[in-house]
Amino acid sequence: MRGLLALAAVVALAPLALANNYHYEIAILVGLNAIVCVGLNLLIGYAGQVSLGHAGFFGIGAYGSAILAARYGWPPLASLAAATAAAALLAWIVGRPILRLRGHYLAMATLGLGIIISIVVTTEDRYTGGPDGMSVPPLALAGFALAGERAWYWLVGLLLVATVWLSLNLIDSPVGRALRALHGSEVAAEVAGIDSARHKLLAFVLSAAIAALAGALTAHYAGFITPGKVGFLHSIELVVMVVFGGMASTFGAVVGAAVLTALPQLLTVFKEYEMVVFGGVMMLTMIFMPKGLVPTLAALAGRRR
Amino acid sequence: MSASLAQFLLSGLTVGAIYALVALGFSIIYNASHVINFAQGEFVMIGGMATASLLGAGLPLAPAALGAVALATLIGMALARFAVQPARGASVVTLIIITIGAAILLRGLASIVWDKRIHALPAFSGDQPINVAGATLAPQSLWVIGVTALAVAALWGFFNRTLTGKAILAVSHNRLAAQLVGISVQRVLLVSFALSAALGALAGILIGPITFTSWDVGLLLGLKGFAAAILGGMGSGPGAVVGGLTLGLLESLGAGYLSSAYKDAIAFIVMLAVLMLMPGGLLGGRATERV
Repeated sequence: MRGLLALAAVVALAPLALANNYHYEIAILVGLNAIVCVGLNLLIGYAGQVSLGHAGFFGIGAYGSAILAARYGWPPLASLAAATAAAALLAWIVGRPILRLRGHYLAMATLGLGIIISIVVTTEDRYTGGPDGMSVPPLALAGFALAGERAWYWLVGLLLVATVWLSLNLIDSPVGRALRALHGSEVAAEVAGIDSARHKLLAFVLSAAIAALAGALTAHYAGFITPGKVGFLHSIELVVMVVFGGMASTFGAVVGAAVLTALPQLLTVFKEYEMVVFGGVMMLTMIFMPKGLVPTLAALAGRRR
Repeated sequence: MSASLAQFLLSGLTVGAIYALVALGFSIIYNASHVINFAQGEFVMIGGMATASLLGAGLPLAPAALGAVALATLIGMALARFAVQPARGASVVTLIIITIGAAILLRGLASIVWDKRIHALPAFSGDQPINVAGATLAPQSLWVIGVTALAVAALWGFFNRTLTGKAILAVSHNRLAAQLVGISVQRVLLVSFALSAALGALAGILIGPITFTSWDVGLLLGLKGFAAAILGGMGSGPGAVVGGLTLGLLESLGAGYLSSAYKDAIAFIVMLAVLMLMPGGLLGGRATERV
């Protein structure tokens, strides 16, 4: 609970340090990515199941809500809910056969799924605008459009705190213990009476729904969405945020999202070298700090004491 | 046989041969170390791009191609020595991220060292098409299929007739036992990465005149090669060849008769279906689980 309060304090006090709309924009993007990562961390960090296709779910949320709102005139809140539900449903349907696979095989199956979704998005240009992307109407409730960086900041901040709260509670619940047990050893967990298939599916569906929700919000916030957000590289970015921050650490996921979202903004001077730096950081972190930033720092602090 | 069917089969076999080479690279590294090397596709890119740049510098084709293969081999060995070996025993996610990081790094370097343009390699022996059963066959296709066949034969000889090849097989069967009889696992890792990189570069050079090459071709080629390896059965050499050719044919027939827009999705749909229905692949053994 101390951590949650600290996070809430950071969210509440951060506006003091945010000088202009551009700062707010980065903070909002950090928040949205952090929401995805907290969800993804439940799957990767706690249940121990790798997914290289979560940008696909993010994209279903983003494009689903955008298409329903822009092409069929749905109210944005309804389209947002429907798109999130659609992503959860897809995750539930494909989750059962896919989650029987392990390790590399699971990674590749989720990767294949993500790529198929991104190919569909790029090809069905009648609905999605194809490679050029499409514009998305703003989020509105009863005629009042949510506009301005500040309003969005508070919405995203609130959602982030709520997601972290949900995740912390889930991890300490019997479900969370079951997830951690099957991360340790699936066989041992089953022997102890845990329905591993059901729990893995739960983590998969939940993380997919959270990714879709954040995707839909990102689309409505930015007012525009392109297939890049659905692609393989975005899936990788999400996984790297989780792993860089620290697997099986909810706050690690938030820190990872914050660092890796803000860093490229600061490094725009090195645009040319962005990929080299990103790839290099990925390799170096994994070789020298395989547990990720937050757990490694926590271990260091613990040793000091 | 209708001319269009013959055309689809020929182009399917050509592309399939390339997938087979990439899939072989995946299988060799997987056997030696149980690592899936996501940077495999980048070796294909390096092969094509390095050849293009050496040709641009005025070298004839053969030395340029040799230089490109040598460069990719060195990079592959560096990857094994400085990125994979220090992380031995790490979890699957860790190794996946290390090799994906390497792939992104190599792509970034390629776009800086060379450029972001699309390059076409010249066909090895002219562009005069050959007529086969009403379909036209580019001479380059014969090069692709012929050189792939030679490479596969050479690999078979390497794994069955040489001590180093047998050492790699031994490590893939039982690492500890191999170490006990004096096989250096580190050297096996190095050799397997070198071999895979060389195969990838070879694929990139062969396909360069047909599909062109650029700094970002590695991702899709690598992933499709992986799909081929899964289809044939991960870790199986004959499986990689069969998987590659099958995938090439399915893709070409699917693009011809079903939908050309979804051509690139076919490999991944096949891969998902194989993973869900028969995870061992066409020629892979049934996996047993040790507790």
